[in-house]
Amino acid sequence: MKQFKFPMRYVPISATILVFFIVYLIGIICFDNFGSPKVFMNLFLNYAYLGIAVIGTALVILTGGIDLSVGSVIAFTSILIAKMINTGCNALAAIALALVIGILFGMLQGWLIHSFSLPPFLVTLAGMFFIRGCGFIVSEESLSIQNDPVFSFIQDNLTITLSKGLHLRFIVMLYVAVLIIAVIFSQRTRAGRSIYAIGDNELAATLMGIPVGRTKIMTYTIAGFCSALAGVVYAIYLKAGNPLNCVGLEMDAIAAVVIGGTLLTGGVGYVFGSLFGVLVLGLIQTLIQFNGHINSWWTRIIVGLLVLAFIFMQNLITKISKSKSKSH
Amino acid sequence: MDLLQTKSVEKQFLGVKALKGVDFSVKAGEIHALMGENGAGKSTLIKIITGVYPASAGSVYFNGKECKFRSPLDAEHAGISTVYQEVNLLPDLSVAENICIGREPRTKLGFISKKQRKVQARKALARLDIDINVGENLSSYSIAIQQLVAIARALDVDCKLLILDEPTSSLDENEVKELFKVMKKLREEGMAIIFITHFLDQVYEVSDRITILRDGQLVGSYDAKDLPRIEMVAKMIGKTPEEINQMQAGIVKNTKFGDVVYEAKGIGRVGTVSPVDVSVRAGEQLGLAGLLGSGRSEIAQIIFGVDPHDSGTMTMCGNSVNFNSPQKAVKAKVALIAEDRKVTGIIPDLTIRENIILALQASNGIWKTMSLKQQEEMADKYIKLLRIKTPSGEQLIKHLSGGNQQKVLIARWLATNPRLLILDEPTRGIDVGAKAEIESLTQELCGEGMAVIFISSELEEVVRDCDRVIVLRDRKKVGEVAGEDISLKNIMKLIAG
Repeated sequence: MKQFKFPMRYVPISATILVFFIVYLIGIICFDNFGSPKVFMNLFLNYAYLGIAVIGTALVILTGGIDLSVGSVIAFTSILIAKMINTGCNALAAIALALVIGILFGMLQGWLIHSFSLPPFLVTLAGMFFIRGCGFIVSEESLSIQNDPVFSFIQDNLTITLSKGLHLRFIVMLYVAVLIIAVIFSQRTRAGRSIYAIGDNELAATLMGIPVGRTKIMTYTIAGFCSALAGVVYAIYLKAGNPLNCVGLEMDAIAAVVIGGTLLTGGVGYVFGSLFGVLVLGLIQTLIQFNGHINSWWTRIIVGLLVLAFIFMQNLITKISKSKSKSH
Repeated sequence: MDLLQTKSVEKQFLGVKALKGVDFSVKAGEIHALMGENGAGKSTLIKIITGVYPASAGSVYFNGKECKFRSPLDAEHAGISTVYQEVNLLPDLSVAENICIGREPRTKLGFISKKQRKVQARKALARLDIDINVGENLSSYSIAIQQLVAIARALDVDCKLLILDEPTSSLDENEVKELFKVMKKLREEGMAIIFITHFLDQVYEVSDRITILRDGQLVGSYDAKDLPRIEMVAKMIGKTPEEINQMQAGIVKNTKFGDVVYEAKGIGRVGTVSPVDVSVRAGEQLGLAGLLGSGRSEIAQIIFGVDPHDSGTMTMCGNSVNFNSPQKAVKAKVALIAEDRKVTGIIPDLTIRENIILALQASNGIWKTMSLKQQEEMADKYIKLLRIKTPSGEQLIKHLSGGNQQKVLIARWLATNPRLLILDEPTRGIDVGAKAEIESLTQELCGEGMAVIFISSELEEVVRDCDRVIVLRDRKKVGEVAGEDISLKNIMKLIAG
């Protein structure tokens, strides 16, 4: 029989899943209700918007790039939707417009990065300031969305009741659907594999005939769409928009991607891992809320340490696989 | 009929003519070596053929039709595939993906079929008689396998012309043999192959025809069997065979030896090199010969303290020393010019002057600064002494040719006035003329009483230059030859065992 060897490339994502279960187990042992399905479901509900944004960030990071405009785009789209609804516009039209703006914004960033060979960090930093400002132009104050028929429909009719008190909300279904599509896209389509190729070695990818420019622009476009969709979900979730929201959220997204086992230099990782990255962030937050006594900022400290641990692990794996190929 | 033909192809870069009207043709079913020194225009010609950039004038015909490829992909669709010098693949993706990416087999729904992808990859590799696990990451295989994977990918399209740009530069002897077997097999199948290499032996081993370029011009195309080796070299560097003989004869071995400069007894390192005795006198050139991976470079690293020894003792000019870090070796006036100058040597974005004073500055410490004038004087001195071809010391080193970069590196260490100079593959990847210059330079240094340890994979050089040769095999010393006994035959015998 062939000797079973655990492939190196599954180590980071396995570690993420392991961390998730350990944190979950700690919660169950320490608190009575932690293991209830409702807590688990809330995790998805509370972090659906972040999860959707993280998918875009993960794809961008896989190309070896970065997107800093995520939080600002979420804030902008949520306030835009709130403002339009409050001025009597149809909610679906507002959502459609928000998504189109997100797509065009991402495409513009990708085009700038590719066509002028500009560093993604700076282009999306500029984008971050720009679109954050646009949010405040739309409205300087937070606006709530009340009595809107579309939002009520989503709330009342697009929810599946699993059992008494346990609901599968629309935005959770949406997140899971987007995640599944993104996983299939990244693993089973040529465009998806091109993303990995570019992140692994851009020069080689070019010489291998992969459409590098097109793929990069596409990836930032997808990221723009994901951010805008996250903004839509955020508006549905909070029934409000606020231009001040989600400041620095892109950093949470990057942390989730790293904890999800993706290499910041690109080319290595799985979109699926980002789910666990988000869930781990959410679990830690929940754990501290359950405790009630600990200062909630401990979440940040733990997340910081986790990110560091994962960077060390990636570093170690890279070294091990290098020394392995030498001995061949 | 010629499969590929270029007619008076020209290329200008910012007013500099890189190609001056080159006619070149390749037939189906032949291995055609494209030869020339650095800067002769080989790469430019290849890049025009494969559509990396357009020709300034002239035309390219492929399969009887004039073509203007706009990208390598364009050329690939037409049937021209290229494998580049550095393996240009995706290390973190699987072998199967590396072979198939961009043209993966898809299911009816348009999704990639992972299973079919593996089948396709295995089939492509089978054509080269390779059977490996295609699901593993590419980086888990040796460079030689990676190179073959690159070729498998190149052949996986309907390829009629395969261009191999320095495919053997990082392979050992056996791996080269495997590659040649593959090339010959493809030739039988009617493939045309353009083969670019620096290794003269290899040219004659596989090539049917040889085309030589010099200074962007065609020197000529010849049948390999009608072109004696010395004539080929002569044509490459634009000198007559007599002049080359003179150049090589001009290397006069120094015969006056002084006291022992460096002596090591039983130095070794577990897992790296078995204990070995090394000693070298002033004015003497000691060669380390052996195949790639035999422990040549490893000994140099141990002497210099990069990989500290864990057994044995060493003395420097009679004093007991312990080089467990390069700083200590540098202090004791040892210099190492390491193998890969791009990785461990030059700092591309600094000027020649800055590159030269680097080691001296490091050994002086940061408090003892040199004035700009002193630096300039030093740079000018070595530019003249080593005949470095550059307009001035303020030129960025990355703009120099390989041979001149190597000279700057030597200058850097000469500036520290070393007693023992270790040269690891100083002539690798530089052209014939520059090689002869570097060889005669080391002899001059010996004449001035420096001790030199010389490592080269080209045995002829070792035979030509060294006064004593330690022969290594499988990380062990297997013999030593000196004086009259130094000959290609004797060294080969020892290596073969």
